[in-house]
Amino acid sequence: MQFGIFSVGDVTTDPTTGATPSEHERIRATVEIARKAEEVGLDVVALGQHHNPPFAASSPTTTLAYIAAQTERVILSTATTLITTNDPVRIAEDYAQLQHLAEGRVDLTLGRGNTGPVYPWFGKDIRDGIDLAIENYALLHRLWREEVVTWEGRHRTPLQGFTATPRPLDGVPPFVWHGSIRSPEIAEQAAFYGDGFFSNHIFWPASHTRQMVALYRRRFEHYGHGSADQAIVGLGGQVFMRRRSQDAVAEFRPYFDNAPVYGHGPSLEEFTEATPLTVGSPQQVLERTLGFREYVGDYQRQLFLMDHAGLPLKTVLEQLDLLGEILPDLRAGFAEGRPAHVPDAPTHASLIETRQEVAA
Amino acid sequence: MTRRIAVVTAGLSSPSSTRLLADQLTTATTEALRASGQRVEVDVVDLRALAHGLADRLVTGFATGELEKAVEAVSRADGVIAVTPVFSASYSGLFKTFFDVLEPGALAGTPVLLGATAGTSRHSLVLEHAMRPLFAYLKAIVAPTAVFAATEDFGGDRAAGLDGRITAAGGELAALVAAAPARPVEDPYAEVVDFATLLAR
Repeated sequence: MQFGIFSVGDVTTDPTTGATPSEHERIRATVEIARKAEEVGLDVVALGQHHNPPFAASSPTTTLAYIAAQTERVILSTATTLITTNDPVRIAEDYAQLQHLAEGRVDLTLGRGNTGPVYPWFGKDIRDGIDLAIENYALLHRLWREEVVTWEGRHRTPLQGFTATPRPLDGVPPFVWHGSIRSPEIAEQAAFYGDGFFSNHIFWPASHTRQMVALYRRRFEHYGHGSADQAIVGLGGQVFMRRRSQDAVAEFRPYFDNAPVYGHGPSLEEFTEATPLTVGSPQQVLERTLGFREYVGDYQRQLFLMDHAGLPLKTVLEQLDLLGEILPDLRAGFAEGRPAHVPDAPTHASLIETRQEVAA
Repeated sequence: MTRRIAVVTAGLSSPSSTRLLADQLTTATTEALRASGQRVEVDVVDLRALAHGLADRLVTGFATGELEKAVEAVSRADGVIAVTPVFSASYSGLFKTFFDVLEPGALAGTPVLLGATAGTSRHSLVLEHAMRPLFAYLKAIVAPTAVFAATEDFGGDRAAGLDGRITAAGGELAALVAAAPARPVEDPYAEVVDFATLLAR
């Protein structure tokens, strides 16, 4: 089981001080947070991609390559790479390049993005969102697996005898997760390819996540990739910890109340009850997180959102220390009662091994 | 066969004349349905209690608690009675917000009876100029008679006229509901578009 963090890269005013980091400070903070994640023993750092203020995260592979140079072990991923508005040829190239620089410590999560205005900036239309995700990934999948690709589709210019370079490291494409909040089509897509399915989890009630994951697992088995409980599932999560739970609630409340996306809406208490958000002691976070598998089954990857809503860098780093403290218990807890036939999330090394087994 | 009627009322005061009209329309409808041998279950959705939940739903994108139950009750109903007070020459914002947060298609083919209340009968065409187009857009089947009740209709010699319109409208909704096929229960996760179909689209 992998644990890590995912960031959306928002540049948000700290509501308690009125201070807003510069883009430069935010980008440097992202790197520092990633290094800290490795230091406390986490397995994955995933960065978002956005093309509008208040985000400073338009070029995830640039930042991830820099992080790769400053870390040794942590897997670099995304949350999410926009499969709709990015040219799949560029995605094929960018992430293969990153694989080489990071010695294979790379996977990615594809997402559609959810804001209408972004699409036309890249010559697309949000109404084609699902179709773009389907067609673009079908091309991306081939570009990484076939040396020479001739292709024609509806959403980009045709390719005639095209080779995406560099080729994936060791001939093994990065593992792909498909992220979605509420589109069954994306669960179907992940199942068809035998790829991972990442449920955002944090913005919607758990009952919804349960249904999406169940659908993905059922279809994963239908397409012959293994039994339903062998499908590769990742979940988002959102936590804020202090030793005493009342301190956590008091400190986090102003950030929650003013947060992008869900702020100025339900109370912290209501949102905590409706979604996986946990604000409290490390022990409370441990117990709530271990409970996720009760409704999605044994899964492979748990990422936490830790650095949003204007939380200062110092606070985020303290949060990572606290997460690091409960990490051994999280690992032990999830390992308990986990059937042997439930796989781990694929890594570059395991994908090479699988390929050799298939060849042998 | 049991028919489910959902009653959506957007009155704000207590007692509310909007709720009063909604209750009378409900009684007229259920009596007509029972007279034709149907069993009836009624869910009343009083939007005043859901005002916070509706604002949260707009901000977060998902409904929880009582609002989730209300959305479900209206989406699966065999017939809907929708009653609003007139605010600034139209339905109230609270009333509109509830119908804004239903899933697309939730009311398609659902028989709906419309009602509105106001302090003066000069607002009565709100039924035809604001409410009927809204429910046409939602692809609901709107009963021909919609009922407007102004303050003066609730008492005195005009009350009998209102009673007659309520009975007629309730009868119309009951007939539409009785004639409609049972609504299928839709589970978006039960059946999925096969990937080959998605790819070929």
